[in-house]
Amino acid sequence: MSRLAAGGLIDRSQPLRFRFDGRDYGGFAGDTLASALIANDVRLVGRSFKYHRPRGLLTAGAEEPNALVTLRAGARAEPNSRATTIELYDGLEAKSQNRWPSLGFDLMAVNGLMSPLFVAGFYYKTFMWPAALWEKLYEPLIRRAAGLGALSGAPDPDHYDKAHGFCDLLVIGAGPAGLAAALAAGRAGARVFLLEQENELGGRLLSERHEIDGRPGHLWAREVADELSALPEVTILRRTTAFGVYDDRSYGAIERVADHLAEPLPGQPRQRLWKIVAKRTILAAGAIERPILFGGNDRPGVMMASAVQSYVNRFAAVPGRRIALFTTSDSGWQVAADLRAAGVEVAALIDPREGAAPMALPDVPLFAGGTVTSTHGRILRSIGVRAAGGRVTRIAADVLAMAGGWNPAMGIGCNLGSRPIWSEAIHSFVLKAPPPGMALAGAAAGRFSLAETIGDGLREGMAAAADMGHEGHAPPMPRTSDDKAGVAAPWHVPGGRGKAFVDFQHDVTDSDIALSVREGFRSVEHLKRYTTLGMATDQGKTSQVNAHALLAMYSGKAIVEAGTVLSRPPYLPVAIGAFAGHHRDADFRPVRLTAGHGWAVEQGARFVDAGQWKRAQWFARPGETGWLETVSREARAVRSGVGLCDVSTLGKIELSGADAGVLLDRLYINNFSTLKVGRARYGVMLREDGIVMDDGTTTRLAEDRYFLTTTTANAARVMQHIDYCRQILWPELDVQAVSVTEQWAQYAVAGPLSRRLLQYLLPDLDLSNEAFPFMAAAETRWRGVPMRIFRLSFSGELAYELGVPAAYGDALVRALMEAGRPLDATPYGTEALGVLRIEKGHAAGNELNGQTTAADLGFGGMMSTKKDYIGRVMAARPGLTDPDRPVLIGIRPVDRVSRLAGGAHLLPTGVPDIAAHDEGHVTSVAFSPMMDGWIGLALLRRGRERIGEHVRAVDLLRGTDVEVEICSPVFVDPEGVRLRG
Amino acid sequence: MRVKCPYCGDRDVHEFVYRGDAAPVRPAADAGEAAFADYVYLRDNPAGPIAEHWYHAQGCRNWLVVERDTRSHAIAAVRLAREAAR
Repeated sequence: MSRLAAGGLIDRSQPLRFRFDGRDYGGFAGDTLASALIANDVRLVGRSFKYHRPRGLLTAGAEEPNALVTLRAGARAEPNSRATTIELYDGLEAKSQNRWPSLGFDLMAVNGLMSPLFVAGFYYKTFMWPAALWEKLYEPLIRRAAGLGALSGAPDPDHYDKAHGFCDLLVIGAGPAGLAAALAAGRAGARVFLLEQENELGGRLLSERHEIDGRPGHLWAREVADELSALPEVTILRRTTAFGVYDDRSYGAIERVADHLAEPLPGQPRQRLWKIVAKRTILAAGAIERPILFGGNDRPGVMMASAVQSYVNRFAAVPGRRIALFTTSDSGWQVAADLRAAGVEVAALIDPREGAAPMALPDVPLFAGGTVTSTHGRILRSIGVRAAGGRVTRIAADVLAMAGGWNPAMGIGCNLGSRPIWSEAIHSFVLKAPPPGMALAGAAAGRFSLAETIGDGLREGMAAAADMGHEGHAPPMPRTSDDKAGVAAPWHVPGGRGKAFVDFQHDVTDSDIALSVREGFRSVEHLKRYTTLGMATDQGKTSQVNAHALLAMYSGKAIVEAGTVLSRPPYLPVAIGAFAGHHRDADFRPVRLTAGHGWAVEQGARFVDAGQWKRAQWFARPGETGWLETVSREARAVRSGVGLCDVSTLGKIELSGADAGVLLDRLYINNFSTLKVGRARYGVMLREDGIVMDDGTTTRLAEDRYFLTTTTANAARVMQHIDYCRQILWPELDVQAVSVTEQWAQYAVAGPLSRRLLQYLLPDLDLSNEAFPFMAAAETRWRGVPMRIFRLSFSGELAYELGVPAAYGDALVRALMEAGRPLDATPYGTEALGVLRIEKGHAAGNELNGQTTAADLGFGGMMSTKKDYIGRVMAARPGLTDPDRPVLIGIRPVDRVSRLAGGAHLLPTGVPDIAAHDEGHVTSVAFSPMMDGWIGLALLRRGRERIGEHVRAVDLLRGTDVEVEICSPVFVDPEGVRLRG
Repeated sequence: MRVKCPYCGDRDVHEFVYRGDAAPVRPAADAGEAAFADYVYLRDNPAGPIAEHWYHAQGCRNWLVVERDTRSHAIAAVRLAREAAR
């Protein structure tokens, strides 16, 4: 056990058990998985991505590249979780990844021996080999050898929530700068959201021994947190990471609501996706310490100095017995002092900066001007140090802490395209032009000392609050202990022994970057793609700046010229489940049910999705052997008796105003201003490019009031189109439009007995041909409820449609069934509807396919020549009036017994099945009970001139080839006698 | 992204449907095919400010003229299309 006897912010009164790679360990509340592993002397935690090199913990934060584990087991298993950010809970179970058969002995480590093959550009070079080999051999091999954790393959048992937040000020990060900013703005009365990726607020104050107003910094953090919690306008979101900045001051954040539990409490979401709109934002995300580049810097035991400091001070977990420091930053000296204060032996402090001595370290061997040139041991046992004079000595150490300076964590500040620039003052990139509304504070702004950090926070917090009209007095600036922040440029030790890793997670070394430059990939963007640097799950948080420094060096440029890359959201990996939220499985999208849905369920309907609607597809009866039998029965019932069909899903729009008729004349190819009140008319509308957009019937209910229907699929689109026409094209017209699709339930009553059925229901209404002919419409009342009656027919039979307010739809359909009982009224679904309309040659969605003109579909005669309408001019283009175009015709199999397939292509007989002979395709097919065989509608080149001709319907996907006869698309009652009966 | 609908106020962009350049004007009925071809197909693609038509489909159903900078998505002004046409 390497747990200090006392100290740290862990709760020793709450011991916890956990399991890693099948072994049981103990830890305390307040531990992370990483700190608990350190306290248990577990030093090997993972294998690297490409070479399968053994790796230990590098950091203590979200930037961790090495310690990726699979957390939990079974359906809740979460691969690639960073051990450094997993809060320990009792019973936690985690496994290391990317090793086989075990972490200690990994057969794939042989990849390391083949490392000359896996250099920069490896993937691209491999692609040069025969393509067939790539797909069959290399890719499967690489995928097996390289990789991360595996998904469970089981559905996620947890649910994910979404929330929206609106605030004056969003503070990202609750370290000293963020706390100070939130306090200043919160006291002034601003609505503040404070986001902290950890549960505990305080940031660096939790890991360092700095004092504020003479007391430990973490106590100050707790006091500020308590005050903020009590302010009514301040919201603190713990365990929440802002992962992206979007346009107009929108921010994405992920709250890990229950990730610190074995499983969420009942009703609790696992995570919550936040969309936050903030008038002002202060990015106070701190800084990330950068590694030093020297041979063997990835050996387990080589860690970031800030991580060592965090493990020792915050978690009282000591990663080694004899710790050496390799530092180019004053912060490394502070770590040495902290280690000595905790009673840990410091083997050496090596600082390549000549003459740097930010503090006195009386009992630490110092190597000023020295460098580390090698590391030794499977897990670190000693290091080679070259002293300023050139003499190389071996120093025993089981941990080497690297302090290579600090990179501001301003990643999300670049999301909108603002490029960071190099600062010679801090030897790193800073963001000078943050997105609108955003300010940076503290280490994220490149101001690292504790005093600067708190000062920044107070100033920016006050400024943001004042901007939002909240004036107040700034909280007094506290006294802080001395905090030196001197630093050198990114440091590289050339010619050391072993590989010097830049990107630990993707195994990119200094020599890979040199190779990339030699091969011509010299821009930061090319370097990234060629070497895959920064493209792992850690997105290069510890590697990017070092890599760009090396790139500059190898290409003989200054780093200010080489520049750096922008970051895109998400800042950290976010589970796809969080973006999906509740929109999964049955709740994937909204479901729209018609008023008569419950009735249809009782009738045994099977439903089909029509957009968001559930429509009854057919109503099977006991004893029926398959859908075809059911559908044929339903279609026959309409042709010989009477059927009922729910047509409520059709789009319904009411137009009113003096100019409603004028607008309709411009929307449709035919005229509606001439329509008599109490009459309906079929209409076709085009897009402005001359192609058919939609069709439907329009009824004139009054001089200045029309009711039009659209296809189910186009309801929203037509509404939008009408609004466009009346608001943008012709705003001078006096016409209003409103969608009433959901307000009216509508049923078709179709068949020779439909009049009799209606007469039972509405005995006072004269439904005779003379009083109520085909295409008549009337408004009446039924049981005191408004009702609309239309004599419309999609089936080609004597038929009516009845509309009532949706709340009465269920009552109406039940009343219709009751009235129709003596007539054996039969409910029919969309399949029978389809059979009936195909028998009549009515075009529907398959024919209104975005490529057909009105003339193609046989509506050429409807196109008015006496008025302008949308699409008129473009529909006259030669390409759209070409007599060679495919037009709507009917087809029947020559042998009358073959089955037809929708989508089959029409080819002449006796030619090869190639595209050059393609003459059209089959759009809709059905088994017609009236024709006692399969029939189809098709679009065929010059089809109307070819009635009687034989062609082939070829379906290469289904492997069918059927000889068909071309015929009129109207199979049943071409004279329309039944319709008008 | 946020759009300040003159009728509904500051709303999330997901409530809106984008159409495109607001500049093309539907030609007169007798303007001929070439004029209509331009109207239907020809669009400028500026890097910078552009006036566009957006539809508040999940809100008031007003068509809007939105002045947006294509480089930054910054919206300078939003008007009701009906009023912009006057």
